[in-house]
Amino acid sequence: MGNPDVKASLPRFGDGGRGGSGSRQLDGSPAILTTRLDAMIDAARKNSLWPFPFGTACCAIEFMSFMMAHYDVSRFGAEVVRFSPRQSDLLIVAGTITDKMAPVMVRIYEQMTEPKYVISMGVCACTGGFYRAYHVVQGIDEFIPVDVYVPGCPPTPEALLQGVVKLQEMIAKGETRYQRALAAKKASGA
Amino acid sequence: MNGESMENRKETLAAIRVAFPDGGGVVELPGGDVQSFRVDRAVLLEFARHLKTDPKLDFKLLADVCGVDYPGREARFEVVYHLASLEHGRRLRLKVPVREDDAVVPSVYGVWKAADWFEREAYDLFGIRFEGHPNLKRILCHAAFRGHALRKDYDPGQRWLLREGEQDEPAWARESQEDEDHFETQVLNFGPSHPATHGTLRTVVRLDGEVITRAEVEIGYLHRCFEKMAEGHTWNQVIPYTDRLNYCSAMMNGVGYALAVEKMLGVEAPPRAQVIRLILSELSRIMDHIIDVGANLNDLGAMTPFLYMYQAREEMYSVLEACCGSRLTMSYVRIGGLSHDLPEDFVESVRFLLKRIPKLVDEMETLITQNRIFRDRTEGIGKISADDAVDWGWTGPCLRATGVAYDVRKAYPYLGYETYDFKVPIAHAGDTYARYLVRVEEMRQSLSIVEQALARLEPGPIITDNHNVALPPKEEVYTEMESLIWHFKLIMEGMKVPAGDAYGFTEAANGELGYYIVSDGGGKPYRIKVRPPCFAIFQAFPHILEGHMVSDTVAFMSSLNVIAGELDR
Repeated sequence: MGNPDVKASLPRFGDGGRGGSGSRQLDGSPAILTTRLDAMIDAARKNSLWPFPFGTACCAIEFMSFMMAHYDVSRFGAEVVRFSPRQSDLLIVAGTITDKMAPVMVRIYEQMTEPKYVISMGVCACTGGFYRAYHVVQGIDEFIPVDVYVPGCPPTPEALLQGVVKLQEMIAKGETRYQRALAAKKASGA
Repeated sequence: MNGESMENRKETLAAIRVAFPDGGGVVELPGGDVQSFRVDRAVLLEFARHLKTDPKLDFKLLADVCGVDYPGREARFEVVYHLASLEHGRRLRLKVPVREDDAVVPSVYGVWKAADWFEREAYDLFGIRFEGHPNLKRILCHAAFRGHALRKDYDPGQRWLLREGEQDEPAWARESQEDEDHFETQVLNFGPSHPATHGTLRTVVRLDGEVITRAEVEIGYLHRCFEKMAEGHTWNQVIPYTDRLNYCSAMMNGVGYALAVEKMLGVEAPPRAQVIRLILSELSRIMDHIIDVGANLNDLGAMTPFLYMYQAREEMYSVLEACCGSRLTMSYVRIGGLSHDLPEDFVESVRFLLKRIPKLVDEMETLITQNRIFRDRTEGIGKISADDAVDWGWTGPCLRATGVAYDVRKAYPYLGYETYDFKVPIAHAGDTYARYLVRVEEMRQSLSIVEQALARLEPGPIITDNHNVALPPKEEVYTEMESLIWHFKLIMEGMKVPAGDAYGFTEAANGELGYYIVSDGGGKPYRIKVRPPCFAIFQAFPHILEGHMVSDTVAFMSSLNVIAGELDR
């Protein structure tokens, strides 16, 4: 703290009338971030996910906990829940999907616009869980592609939060199904 | 639990014999937990009418209808009816055997409306046809399903794919109804995933302008084969499945199941286990009502109370998690007791809840109970009379909101409810607002029960020491030969429940939750039929809906607290 240079080296807001604008970095150069456009768009997308809660069973109750004040998903920028597939980009399948429900889920997935991501919440959605039975889909990836699987019966809200964070990391790294498909398309020159 | 005196049985038999003398197709079956009769299908309708209309019998509530498959018997199927007389406090079971090549039974829909969906379910899962049923089609399995899933020769893993476009549509939805007076009719599909509702329920309505003129409900979107799964697991392994019936109050399902099996085994849980079961059941009841009241308000646009009330739920989760390691689907009950003892700070944390929850309920009540908008939107909506409610098989808070004070905890006490001081709240209007009032008051009554029960929590064992039922303690398994054998037998074969059948029922958050259990003496259940309270309640929904507005549908539906896990099993 005794160093007189410290104060001078702190970034300052405004430049004290020395021309130019914006804050400065430690070495005094202007604080400008250069990046690629798609990386910036990805950063925006990952921090403002709009989930569509496709809640069918017990997991939907834990999904409520995940939304409510105690766990509060808004800390991660994903609290704007939309019940319309047109207004959302993250499908959270929370609960058992039966053969009767599967066409409805597929329809909703298809109605969502790209880019779209899917989190499969709970073992029932991931694999059918302990319902190895005549009316239960043995994992929703039979019908739609999944980005993140969150196991648990039901998963705790913390686990689902981790799933969302995982998805954010994947978006930042370009690992989601949508981004990989896009990259493949570009690479093939189409 | 749920016992019945011999005098009652004699009186019932006498009243039946007046109209149906010996040899008239009605045979009394000896013993059993409930007085039972084998009925010839030729006289079933007449007999049913007599049971309902004779004031000495007065069996106005049809609790359950189900099928059972006995492939070895000459008459392969048995249709089992469970009746109740609220007036006389009596129960009755009817069994109607039918052959496979002629699996037809007259429908009792004309006598009890409650038979509507229960008969459809038996048709769907067993292929038993009910002659005279107004709408006999599949209810739980989808339209492209082939075969009847609960027949013993149906492979549990055999799935059928349903494609888009093959879904079931009500026949009337395709006809045009427009004429000079009704030129703005349209068919609206409400669900199974609709922005204004939640859960997996589909309602198809015909609108004339904004008024609903016809409605039909489709369920089964969460039919995950509980009953078939139960047949392939040992008695204790069924408990995790029961948790996922009404997942808003998982504990109560497990308690109901364990009590039913314990009744068949003739064992009783130790006193400490009973008190713990009771405390956690009542906390679960509060949790369930919070979800229902909160979701109802949420659907009407009032988000705030749900956020407030959910805090109480979250705090109860912490207590449950400390007891058994799981927040929602607890699997805490074992047949004969409980899996673990309570954590040390249990009493303290429940006492904290007892102080905390009333404050949150009060806050919500200040916002809502006399709220003009809320009252305008709920009073007179979804109204049903007491007689109709009983006829449709309603139980629980929804029935009590029509003025019928039927509560299993009072009428057929279990877990020692008769020794607790609590009231059964009722309301008379039978509408959405009345259901809200009843639920809020029930939360307060449950708190008072929990408070009384805490005082009775004495140290002691938490599971029975009958090692035909419960595992011996681990230390003994390692040191004593006999305990090792008990342990091995229980794990490898499962407990043996004596052959026979029983109907155990408890007051769950939605009403009478019944388990009709058939055992063949083996290590696995032969058949478990769940009587889900909201199944009976929800079948009346499309009929009451006619004449309401679309926006009322939302208010009405969520006040019934239809939980898909329990509805579709």
